[in-house]
Amino acid sequence: MRTIHRKLLRDLVELKGQVAAIAVVVAAGVMTLIIAVTTLDAISLTQDRFYRDYRFADVFVDLKRAPEGLAERLREIPGVDHVETRVSAPVRVEVPGYPDPIRGRLLSVPDGRQPDLNRLHLREGGLPESGRTDQVVISEPFSEAHDLRPGDTLTAIIRGRLETMTVSGVALSPEFVYQIGPADLLPDYERFGVLWMNRRALANAFGMDGAFNNAVLSLQAGADAAPVIDAVDALLARYGGTGAHDRDDQASHQFLTMELDQLRVTAVFLPTLFLGVAAFLLNVLMGRIVRTQRQQVAVLKAFGYSNGDMAVHYGLLTGLIVVIGLATGIALGAWAADALAAVYMEYFRFPAISFRLQPQVVLLAVAVATGAAALGTYRAVRGAVSLPPAEAMRPPAPETFRQGWLEGSRLGRLLDQPTRIIVRNLARHRMKSGLSVLGIGLSGALLLVGSYQFGAVDDMLDTQYRLMHTMDINLYFSEPTSAHAVAGLRHKPGVQHVEGFRNVPVRLVNGDRDYRTTILGMDAEPQLRRLIDTRGTPQRLPPEGLVLTDYLADYLGVRPGGTVQVEVMEGHRRTLEVALAATVSEPVGVSAYMERQALNRLMREGPAISGVWLLTDESQHGALYDALWDAPAIASIGLIGEAEAAIRDYIDDTVLVMMGVLLLLAGSITFAVAYNNARIAFAERSRELATLRVLGYTRGEVSWILLGEIAALTLLAIPLGWLLGTGFALALSEAMSTELFRVPFVITTQTYAFAAAGVLVATALSVLLILRRLRRLDMVSALKTVE
Amino acid sequence: MDNTYAASGRVVFATRGLTKVYRNGDMVIHALRGVDLELYAGELTVMLGASGSGKSTLLNILGGLDSATDGEVRYGDQDLVAGGDRLLTAYRREHVGFVFQFYNLISSLTARENVAIVTEISRNPMRPEDALELVGLRERLNHFPSQLSGGEQQRVAIARAIAKRPAVLLCDEPTGALDSRTGVQVLEAIAHVNRELHTTTAVITHNVVIADMADRVVRLSDGRVSDVRVNAHRKSPAELSW
Repeated sequence: MRTIHRKLLRDLVELKGQVAAIAVVVAAGVMTLIIAVTTLDAISLTQDRFYRDYRFADVFVDLKRAPEGLAERLREIPGVDHVETRVSAPVRVEVPGYPDPIRGRLLSVPDGRQPDLNRLHLREGGLPESGRTDQVVISEPFSEAHDLRPGDTLTAIIRGRLETMTVSGVALSPEFVYQIGPADLLPDYERFGVLWMNRRALANAFGMDGAFNNAVLSLQAGADAAPVIDAVDALLARYGGTGAHDRDDQASHQFLTMELDQLRVTAVFLPTLFLGVAAFLLNVLMGRIVRTQRQQVAVLKAFGYSNGDMAVHYGLLTGLIVVIGLATGIALGAWAADALAAVYMEYFRFPAISFRLQPQVVLLAVAVATGAAALGTYRAVRGAVSLPPAEAMRPPAPETFRQGWLEGSRLGRLLDQPTRIIVRNLARHRMKSGLSVLGIGLSGALLLVGSYQFGAVDDMLDTQYRLMHTMDINLYFSEPTSAHAVAGLRHKPGVQHVEGFRNVPVRLVNGDRDYRTTILGMDAEPQLRRLIDTRGTPQRLPPEGLVLTDYLADYLGVRPGGTVQVEVMEGHRRTLEVALAATVSEPVGVSAYMERQALNRLMREGPAISGVWLLTDESQHGALYDALWDAPAIASIGLIGEAEAAIRDYIDDTVLVMMGVLLLLAGSITFAVAYNNARIAFAERSRELATLRVLGYTRGEVSWILLGEIAALTLLAIPLGWLLGTGFALALSEAMSTELFRVPFVITTQTYAFAAAGVLVATALSVLLILRRLRRLDMVSALKTVE
Repeated sequence: MDNTYAASGRVVFATRGLTKVYRNGDMVIHALRGVDLELYAGELTVMLGASGSGKSTLLNILGGLDSATDGEVRYGDQDLVAGGDRLLTAYRREHVGFVFQFYNLISSLTARENVAIVTEISRNPMRPEDALELVGLRERLNHFPSQLSGGEQQRVAIARAIAKRPAVLLCDEPTGALDSRTGVQVLEAIAHVNRELHTTTAVITHNVVIADMADRVVRLSDGRVSDVRVNAHRKSPAELSW
């Protein structure tokens, strides 16, 4: 090995602390990129495979009832490939030993065989045997939540009759990758399940012999969905069709798409931020390392090494550090992405994760890290070789210092000499001090970005569940019911307050924008489901007109005063022009609201309600459930406390896990920057400090010069970090708002304190490490060696 | 200016009107104010001068470590002033060996490696071991600078300087950081190299005693050559003490 390479390796070992710190910065940046892009890739790849292999349908439609013969007419629609007619019904389920109400969805499968579309991936057991009426396949998350295996039994209440069913198999379906109940925002595997039964048995139970109430269609390659949907709607209008829709409005697919969109934003935003900051720091840090070796560069040049040789030498040094960082970042990134993808798979149920590390992502990481390092090294090496060797080898000439305003001032006269040294050093090296402050500030900003969501998400959920949804239970009736039902429910055990609501599925259209949602009709001033403005004050519903969440109004491009087309998707399908009366600000979901009686008028119906909200005494829930079980008109019972817990779990598992990883990375970067800063400051000052020791300064006084400077830089960096971090967080909030969540832009005092504390702790740790070196400072040798 | 080297006539270095001005902070320093000087092949010259007389600047310019503000420096038939960085790098690589007051060894390399780092880029070097043997450090090959005394470190620096078999050896206060006895050992090494390899050698010092080991003594003051003297009898370093 050439000696110069040996020097390289020894330098690497000698500088191990700084090398490790820089490698951490590179690794953190690369890791963010790999995690974000690979997780995104794994989920979309897995989705594509599952959809293709299990023949996920393209068009979906619900209807009241149509004769099976109509299936042939559907097949004849131009562009349609396959048609699968089904019977679908809501069902209430009881699992032995589980107290809470469970909602289920029963779907038919052809007797004894797989359907043509939306095929089942059987995890265990098999399909119901042909001719059997008491066997069901259940969805895997539901089976896991209740530990139900093939052979186990459960009870289903089908049209008021209790039926005992045996589990024949456990399956996954492309239709329920994201398995949520109607009107839910998040999966609740304990309280909602999907069940598949033989078509004949299910049709018998629901009076659907020779008929169907649900159909799914696949399209021929290249066929457009819109004309097919129109043709299906025209054909099924007489049969109570509620409007066909494509995958975009299919619940599971919609959530999955939304989550992927959010991940896509993350995959661009966070790596850009982290890699950008890492590149900047790498540039600064490499530059400083090379500058501390100015003397060695001079000696080597004195003996005939050329500028090119030096560039290669330091290029290799940088290269090795970057390689260490890259390898660590790629390995940890792949590992973390794998783990994170597994977390997502808890919510998105696929048969298997297709996980791969894309070479172009790795190449991108390599290019960014190498580029940043090369730039930093290039500038520093150029600086080091541009001086004639003699000049570089002379102890640096005393730098030009001037009296600043501080020294002349009254305050200035109070400063002792060491403090003056600090002040003048900072003022003299404004550029370098500025870069240090910026570097530490940026890492503080990353800490803030990594942690603000913890507070912001809490704030969002508090708004949602403490201010808006104050009910304990929501009940849905099987079909719209007279508002008199409210009175009957007031006397059930433990019920303290009841409010009825009307819920109508609609498609809102404005110009070429449309959105499927429901209009929620409520009392003008509901107590259990408040509407709030941006400041959190409850709003009164106007007596006429529509109220939209501001996110939806923005999406549709409509303002209060304007009108929206409302296509009613229930009962008699009609299209109406409705004025937009107001918007409300809500962090979760995309809903539309109206005063209930106004909605009833719009529907040309009497005072009907779709369900009720209850405020209850929790200690009597057992008795209440029993009482509700006996009311056949009740289609589902939802527990808000459970929904809140589910949503908090979901956020903990996905968003916050990601944020936690980021926080860890931001913390490492902060430490790396603080440590390098302190280490370089020490290297640059050691000669001066040794001289002062020789002149009789105590170790404490000498330490102060170094530590005071580091402290001053850190204190300047903290507010800068707050400022930058707030900007980053604002951008991230904007970028990450989706139909499901709009995390409010709230940065709590604790978050600011946390970011500052992170920077301070990292600095304190670095200072402790430097103090060890300061104690070992050998006065004589420090004065002699000019290296 | 009659001496055997001058009589042999081969001029290695010739300077004419050499001037160097540089800024040190706010101060403008006239380090050299027109130096005319020749150094002859194979001779050992001691340049004497007080601190600030310009001797280090002169040596640095002769060695291609620094550039002149004005005037002419010729090495053989090469013009060092006109030569750019590429020429100076090649010149340092092939022709010059340096010894510095503070040794300037690379602390992460052993004695042998500190020599090897130079021999590896030279055309006709001696083995690092042989160079170290010449300065009496055969036994300390694998020691790091921090494990060597000041005199030993300086002798490693000499070995490093001569291992490429340079035409000229330039020593800047080689004993400045050493005590008298160690200094003599270092000077012996230099004299030995000069004698055995016929390397043109220039030693700069403020220590007048060292002048006695020279063939010729050049005295500098205030940036000019103030006196040139030829030693009739060149003393061995062992005869010196201060």
